[in-house]
Amino acid sequence: MLNGAEDEEKWLAEGIAGIQHNAFYMHRALDSSNLKEVLKYSAQMLSELRTSKLSPHKYYELYMRAFDELRKLEMFFKDESKHGVSVVDLYELVQHAGNILPRLYLLCTVGSVYIKSKEAPAKEVLKDLVEMCRGVQHPIHGLFLRSYLAQISRDKLPDIGSEYEGDADTLKDAVEFVLQNFTEMNKLWVRMQHQGPGRVREKQEKERSELRDLVGKNLHVLSQIEGVDLEIYKETVLPRVLEQIVNCKDDLAQYYLMDCIIQVFPDEYHLQTLETLLGACPQLQPTVDIKTVLSQLMDRLSNYAQSSADVLPEILQVEAFAKLSNAIGKVIEAQVDMPAVGAITLYVSLLTFTLRVHPDRLDYVDQVLGACVKKLSNIPKLEDSRAIKQVVALLSAPLEKYNDIVTALTLSNYPLVMDHLDNGTKKVMAMVIIQSIMKNNTRISTSDKVEVLFELIKGLIKDMDGADVDELDEEDFKDEQNSVAGLIHMLYNDEPEEMLKIICTVKKHTMAGGPKRLPFTVPSLVFSALRLVRQLQGQEGDIVGEEVPATPKKIYQLLTQVIEALSTVPSPELALRLYLQCAEAANDCDVEHVAYEFFTQAFVLYEEEIADSKAQVTAIHLIIGTLQRMNVFGVENRDTLTHKATGYSARLLKKADQCRAVYACSHLFWVDGQDGIKDGERVFLCLKRALRIANAAQQMANVARGSSGPVTLFVEILNKYVYFFEKGSQQVTGAAIQGLIELINTEMQSDSATPDTASDAFLASTLRYIEFQKQKGGLMGEKFESINL
Amino acid sequence: MVALFQSQENIVGEVVIEPIHGKKVEHNGVKIELLGQIELYFDRGNFYDFTSLVRELDIPGELYERKTYPFEFSTVEMPYESYNGVNVRLRYILKVTISRNFVSNIVECQDFVVRNYTPPPSINNSIKMEVGIEDCLHIEFEYSKSKYHLKDVIIGKIYFLLVRIKLKNMELEIRRRESTGSGPNTYVETETLAKFELMDGAAVRGESIPIRLFLSPYELTPTYRNINNKFSVKYYLNLVLVDEEDRRYFKQQEITMYRLLEAS
Repeated sequence: MLNGAEDEEKWLAEGIAGIQHNAFYMHRALDSSNLKEVLKYSAQMLSELRTSKLSPHKYYELYMRAFDELRKLEMFFKDESKHGVSVVDLYELVQHAGNILPRLYLLCTVGSVYIKSKEAPAKEVLKDLVEMCRGVQHPIHGLFLRSYLAQISRDKLPDIGSEYEGDADTLKDAVEFVLQNFTEMNKLWVRMQHQGPGRVREKQEKERSELRDLVGKNLHVLSQIEGVDLEIYKETVLPRVLEQIVNCKDDLAQYYLMDCIIQVFPDEYHLQTLETLLGACPQLQPTVDIKTVLSQLMDRLSNYAQSSADVLPEILQVEAFAKLSNAIGKVIEAQVDMPAVGAITLYVSLLTFTLRVHPDRLDYVDQVLGACVKKLSNIPKLEDSRAIKQVVALLSAPLEKYNDIVTALTLSNYPLVMDHLDNGTKKVMAMVIIQSIMKNNTRISTSDKVEVLFELIKGLIKDMDGADVDELDEEDFKDEQNSVAGLIHMLYNDEPEEMLKIICTVKKHTMAGGPKRLPFTVPSLVFSALRLVRQLQGQEGDIVGEEVPATPKKIYQLLTQVIEALSTVPSPELALRLYLQCAEAANDCDVEHVAYEFFTQAFVLYEEEIADSKAQVTAIHLIIGTLQRMNVFGVENRDTLTHKATGYSARLLKKADQCRAVYACSHLFWVDGQDGIKDGERVFLCLKRALRIANAAQQMANVARGSSGPVTLFVEILNKYVYFFEKGSQQVTGAAIQGLIELINTEMQSDSATPDTASDAFLASTLRYIEFQKQKGGLMGEKFESINL
Repeated sequence: MVALFQSQENIVGEVVIEPIHGKKVEHNGVKIELLGQIELYFDRGNFYDFTSLVRELDIPGELYERKTYPFEFSTVEMPYESYNGVNVRLRYILKVTISRNFVSNIVECQDFVVRNYTPPPSINNSIKMEVGIEDCLHIEFEYSKSKYHLKDVIIGKIYFLLVRIKLKNMELEIRRRESTGSGPNTYVETETLAKFELMDGAAVRGESIPIRLFLSPYELTPTYRNINNKFSVKYYLNLVLVDEEDRRYFKQQEITMYRLLEAS
């Protein structure tokens, strides 16, 4: 068996050779102005186009060869002085050819000359040509012949304003001609589908689509006719074209031609004929890709809407949305087998259109979403990834448009659409929502909205049924939860009552998040609540009489519950920090017992839960720092707490840690400010104790490693000395400082000392500071004079 | 080049006789005949005179020098046209005979052609017919006229009602049927004078294909019906549909051809 493609090449070569051969003799006849010979050889040349062996692609090649020759022929026909026959006679003469295809090519060629000569009205000639071409029913032959007809007639249509303009109906004639040629070409094109056995169908479909532009060209020509105004388009062109499209019942043609209409005619026309155009959609074959067609249309219309301000009223006037929405509904209804992705894509397009054209009509947006929900609810489970993608696009569109989640939260169908997503996608969508909020700095200010919002993002808030926990990516999870944490800060209202509601709502949802999520969400919630507490504190006194639902008391209760929840994690370090934060807030609100309670909780945690020595160090420093700032406590409570804190400090594992914690404790007894406690005695005690521990540490190092550690601890204590000396503590004297410096120097000079540049530099700058203070003069200078370096 | 006449014309002319220089010609009289003959080739060259007119040009005597005899046949009835067919010839001749004693007569013939023109027929119905093969092919065709003059155009269309066979093309043939003789000795000869492709490819149901066939390029004659009981020449339009396996389906219709008397 011969290779098909090779065969085709051979046939093409033969065809070309045939054309060249006859063209050669035709040229000779042209040169000698021998009309009879010209007609004979041109007809023979054109007979090569009668082949049925070539694919459209190859046939086109052959056609182009013949086409070039026909142009020379036309030049000859045009020049009557050469052949001496009137164009009218010539028009008859070429019809003597026995074979129809060459005959009609020649007829079209002479017809072109005939119209140009104006010896007959253009419409008559065109009508005759388009009618005679019916004789060619072979799809490929016919398509190319009619395409030739279209080509030669393009500039000769009796259009209004054209030099070939005819009587009153001239425009009608021009349109009629093109429409007829279009209709016939489309019929031929569609017919190609029904030829040949099924196994070559795919190849045929491909070949067919190569020819589509020949058909579409006619629509282009129609759009170029000057006289085709909206009225003609509405009354004649569109109905006729649509009639052909619908009747041809061929999916390839229907899709292509619908698209063609949308592309070649002006948007304004589409708008004014929307009903007709859309009315055709449900009548198309079920396999036609209508979604792309409609999407194109809506895209164009929405672009058009934005092109100028005058357009918008027009769009409103024709009720484009209602029509489009209606049409989409019908199409989806008509195309039972349309996959989910198709339907959703349509809704996405409609939504895009709505958002661009009617940004103020939220009801429209909700309507689109509602329609989508209806469609989705008929689908058992959304599994097609493309469909899911489209749903995400559908949900993202309003967010992008309004830059404001609040708007989306008012859309009742929005969460319903989301319900149809799988867990993974729900999370993605939730992230999109959160990011939108963050990006736009949107404040969500009512608890109702918060409720809706959490419903939307519930995929992030708690474990979903059936979710496979093992597959969670740790990184992603962290990102997600951090986003949620950030989001909580965006939920805010200046009105305390509403704010409390918001906080309660957030609490309700976040508490359900489970141990993995709590560490992320609880801090945000706590700080959000603390902000409210401080706000209430600021307003206290303004609110008179009436029962106030939002009291700090309630919030403290809430806070305790929230932080306690962390014990399930467990995350004692975090809980401790939060308790301290709460205590500080309580301090600011001047409620001693609450602050004490929080401290107690923190200490309990420290004692019972925090076992890691490093964590202890961190915790103790936090405790000390917080406690130092507290001014709400009475002497008794304060003593209890500071006693505890110093006690914890001294019991740390490492000597160095002990030392540092203890000297930090010194600050608990010296608080700046008028009412601040200034107990120099106990400060000095702490420092001395720290010094002792440092000494002990040094000795232990000596014993253990044969060399004492750096003198850093001593230098640190020296700094504390200098600090309290400056603050005016009676117990920390210049002599004491001097003594310490000497101690440090001795340590450094000892044999076992390990040189350490960092501590050397630290010491040097500390000494430089003392020197500087001495130099400064004044009170402080005098004070420092007592220190001899 | 031959002279062309039509019926009822006067055939006027002169006969010039010039003996070979210096010789006298003795004769028993000179006459000119106008003969209309039908010659049937299969009849061993026998021919029948359907018209025979004689004019005596000279009484018996002698000719010494060039002599001119005018002659005239007035309003000659020549009902049949000259025709040169496959098996038959109809011709008109002028025959001059110089009768002589003892030696053979001197005979000279001159052909001339007769064409008769007719006005357009007062009744000229269209030909319209539905034909088909059951469940395979049904078409309806229409030719606008049944009578055509020689330079006429056949206009018509073919309407496809049902197509279940794979057609390849369709053509219109013009056929000439010449029948000669009569009874058992009838000879029929059919020639296809024109093959004109009407359709390329296969039409589908509902399609109508136009016909426009100019007759002028073809060498046609008017229809001759039973000329002197010797022969007839008839014309037919034969519509042929060819399928992909080259099977031919056809329908033949007679048309009448006439020579149009052009109003000048």
